[in-house]
Amino acid sequence: MIIKTRKEIPSSEITPEAVYRDRRKFLKSSLAVGAGGTGLLTSALNAQTGDALFARAPADINLASKPDWLVEKAAARTEAPASGPFNTDEELTPFDDVSTYNNFYEFGTGKDDPARNARDFSIEPWTVKVEGECAKPGSYSLEDILKPHTFEERVFRLRCVEAWSMVIPWVGFSLGDLLKRFEPTGDANYVQFDTLVDSEQMPAQRSRFATIDWPYQEGLRMDEAMHPLATIATGLYNDILPAQNGAPLRLVVPWKYGFKSIKSIVAIRFTKTMPNNTWRDLQASEYGFYANVNPQVSHPRWSQASERRLPTSLFMPRRIDTMMFNGYADEVASLYDGMDLRRFY
Amino acid sequence: MSFLAKPAIFLLCLAPGAYLAYAVYLAFTGGENLLGPDPAQFLSLETGEWAIRLLILSLAITPLRYLFNWPVLFRFRRMIGLFAYFYVCMHLLVFLMFLLQWQWGDIGTEIAERPFITIGFAAFIILIPLAATSLNIAQRKLGRNWKRLHRLTYAASILGALHVIWIVRSSYFDAVLYGGVVALLLGYRLLRKYSKAVQQFSLLK
Repeated sequence: MIIKTRKEIPSSEITPEAVYRDRRKFLKSSLAVGAGGTGLLTSALNAQTGDALFARAPADINLASKPDWLVEKAAARTEAPASGPFNTDEELTPFDDVSTYNNFYEFGTGKDDPARNARDFSIEPWTVKVEGECAKPGSYSLEDILKPHTFEERVFRLRCVEAWSMVIPWVGFSLGDLLKRFEPTGDANYVQFDTLVDSEQMPAQRSRFATIDWPYQEGLRMDEAMHPLATIATGLYNDILPAQNGAPLRLVVPWKYGFKSIKSIVAIRFTKTMPNNTWRDLQASEYGFYANVNPQVSHPRWSQASERRLPTSLFMPRRIDTMMFNGYADEVASLYDGMDLRRFY
Repeated sequence: MSFLAKPAIFLLCLAPGAYLAYAVYLAFTGGENLLGPDPAQFLSLETGEWAIRLLILSLAITPLRYLFNWPVLFRFRRMIGLFAYFYVCMHLLVFLMFLLQWQWGDIGTEIAERPFITIGFAAFIILIPLAATSLNIAQRKLGRNWKRLHRLTYAASILGALHVIWIVRSSYFDAVLYGGVVALLLGYRLLRKYSKAVQQFSLLK
C-alpha cells in the first residue's frame, strides 16, 4: 500500500471533515436503529404471532376474582357416568395444555396469547342479555343464569377446524335447560350468542389487523341447542373456567368444529331466521353455519380426514382418523336426516 | 474487525435453526418439550417464518446497497440466500416428515389440491437451481446468464409472499408485513430500472 503524503492528494478528493464525521454518526445511529428496530420488530412479530420461542405462558386461571359460589358449584359437580356420550375412556389432555393452547383471538392470535394476555380478567359483575323471540327477555346476572342448575362433569372431545383435537373434562350442564327458562316462542327457530367486547381487557380487539368484526358471534338451530349434548360449560378439571378458556361461561358443542363453541357469553338471542356466525361471515366458502365434524368434507385449504390429538409428539404423533360428528353420530346424526352435509357444511 | 462480520451474520442466521434442531433432538431423546402441545405445527410455522424473513433480507441487499451506497453488503447476499433455502428445506421436511408422516398419497393430494401448498412447493422448486448455482465457479461458468437465472428470486419471493397471504386466518399482520415488504423491494428495483432519478437517489453519498 502506497501511503500518499498530504501534499499529493488533491484537496477536492479529501472528504470534508464535517461530512466524514456525519457519516460515522449516521452509520452508528442507523446500526442502532437497525438493531433496535429488529429487536422491536421481532417482539412485535412475536406479540402478533404469539410464537415466542423462549417462554411458554404459565398455566394460570388468570381471573381478577373467583366468585365463591361458582367455585363451590364447580367443585361439587357430579361425576360423569361411567359410559355413554358424556364420558370417554380416551386419555385426557392435561390442564397445562388445555389452558395454554387456545384460539381466542380477542386476546391475540397466537396459541399462547390468551394465557399470556388474559391477566386479571374480570368476571364480576357479569351480565347476560337475553333477547328476541322469547317470553322472558332481560338482563340476567351470572348468578341468575347459573345458580339454578346442577353442574356435571362432561368429558368431551373438542375438534378444532385446524385439525387438532383435545379431550377435556368440562364442568357444566345442558344448554337446553337454560334456554327453557326464557320460554322461547314458536318463532324461535335459532339461537345466537355473543362474546364479550371489551378492548380494555381484550387487547387484540384494538388491533387494526384483526380479521374479525367484534363481537364474536355463533348460533345454533333450535333443535341442536335443545339437544342434551349441547353444553353450557362453567369449568374444567373441577375448577371454574380459566379466562383463556372462555370464563365465566361458554358453549361446548362437541359434534361440531371448535369455533362453534363460543366463549365468554354476554348475549343470548332467539331468532326467527338463521343468524350470523363470525367465521361464516369472514369466509363463507370455508366455514359454514352447521360446521359438523365431517371427515368426508375437506376444508378448501386442508383435509379434515384426520386430526392431531394433543398433546402430540414429533416422533410418536397421535394422528387419528376423524370421526363423523366427532364420534357423536349415534346421538346427533338424526338431527340432520336428509340434509346434504356437503352442501350444508 | 470487519472480518468478523461474516461469521457473525452466519451465526445469527443459524441461531433459530440451531435452536429448533436442539428442540427436535430433545423431542427425539425424550427430553423437555420446547415446542408446545402441537410441535409439528409449531415447527412448520417457525421454519416458514425464518425462510420468508431471510428471503426478504436477501432481496433487501441490493436496495440497501444503493440507498446507503454500501457495496460491502453484497458479501452477505449469497450466505443469506442460502440460509433462506436452508429454512425452506427444513420447512418442507417438517411438512413431509412430521405433519404428513411420509404418506405419499396424502402428500400428492395436498400438493395438488391445496393451492397455497402448490405455490409454496413451486417456490421451493424455483430455489433449487438458485442454490445449486450459488458457488463462484457457477457464476464464472454462467457469466451473464447467472444474473438472469438468479432473477428467479423475484418469482420465488412473490410465491412465498402469496403462500403466507393465503394461509391467513386470524390476522392480516403477517400478510401485510411480508407481502408489503416483498412488494416494496421488488417495486424499488422496477423503479430503479426505469427512473434515472431513482438511480441517482441515495440516502448517503
